[in-house]
Amino acid sequence: MSNAYDAIIEENDHTRWAFGTGFDDPLAGVDPTVPDGMDAADLAAYCLMLGDDALIMSHRLSEWCTNAPELEDEVALANIALDLLGQARLLLSRAAQASGEGDEDALAYLRDEHEFRNVHLVELPRGDFAHEIARLLVFSTWRLALLERLADSPDPVLAAISAKGVKEVTYHREYAAGWAMRLGDGTDYSHERMAAGIEAVWPYTAELFSPHDVSVGVDPQSLRTEFDTVIAQVFDAARLNTPAATAVGEPAGRSGRHTEAMGVLLAEMQSVARAHPGATW
Amino acid sequence: MNEWPLYEVFLRGKRGLNHVHVGSLHAADDDMALHNARDLYTRRNEGVSIWVVRSNAITASSPDEKDPFFAPSGDKVYRHPTFYKIPEDVPHI
Repeated sequence: MSNAYDAIIEENDHTRWAFGTGFDDPLAGVDPTVPDGMDAADLAAYCLMLGDDALIMSHRLSEWCTNAPELEDEVALANIALDLLGQARLLLSRAAQASGEGDEDALAYLRDEHEFRNVHLVELPRGDFAHEIARLLVFSTWRLALLERLADSPDPVLAAISAKGVKEVTYHREYAAGWAMRLGDGTDYSHERMAAGIEAVWPYTAELFSPHDVSVGVDPQSLRTEFDTVIAQVFDAARLNTPAATAVGEPAGRSGRHTEAMGVLLAEMQSVARAHPGATW
Repeated sequence: MNEWPLYEVFLRGKRGLNHVHVGSLHAADDDMALHNARDLYTRRNEGVSIWVVRSNAITASSPDEKDPFFAPSGDKVYRHPTFYKIPEDVPHI
């Protein structure tokens, strides 16, 4: 006779119950061989782009530690930053694996500015809270549409990383959309600040959909319709207007040309690793 | 600045059968409280279900009434069900 209580008991490592248990490895059982017919150099370049987006966005979000308007939101932003850092680690590791050079740490901490492939949106200096919500809304709406498609990538590692990321970025988008609605549909003053945040980041959305010359992954232009639909829903609920589609400068982040904010960001992000090469603790 | 109201947070862990009080937080409304609870109290894979409730909705026993409330049950050992045999495969007891 089966135990009537079996269904409500989950077997785990009970010795660590206080910290939560049953952690999953997103790459468990995934074959790391680059699939036949896929260009390894292009796979590496593609993972580098998406990994750099996550790494730099994570760094900007982590700057909110001790600076957020509420303690609860400080932790929320730090959680999102850590989710993205996790995605960056997996993607940079995959890039290193596919190119056969370096590892995640070398890629994150020992490359120079012109070698980074992230979009300009993520490197913009930290503004006010509404500006960060606007950036996070745009970034996570775009990235969720991208990761959902990449979950079917012919590369099993990229597919597994993306499938894990979908769950995380779904929450990031929900968080950003929630705050965009609270601020946009709040008081006159909060509406003004939220609208200013959208106005400031909007010129950087064009780059997210501009084509690149890497044969792996998803055509960036194919994400535009879903992005516009989701953003329109949020803006409608938040009483915000979509700004006119003006792009600033060239969409050059994917080819290694960055804004002036990027050098300062890297100087801080890489300072410890460069001051103490090979240090471990 | 007005402070957001205080909420109490209850989590049910993977192993637990009941929700357990884990702490409190500030939030502007119920929905935000639930999200904040997720961010503050389930970061280490602790929970599978969250309850939040406004702290001012809780009626608590008063420390002044401690003796009449609790002392009378302190000497009645015969109320403990120590005379039953518990089957070995019943967990959480």
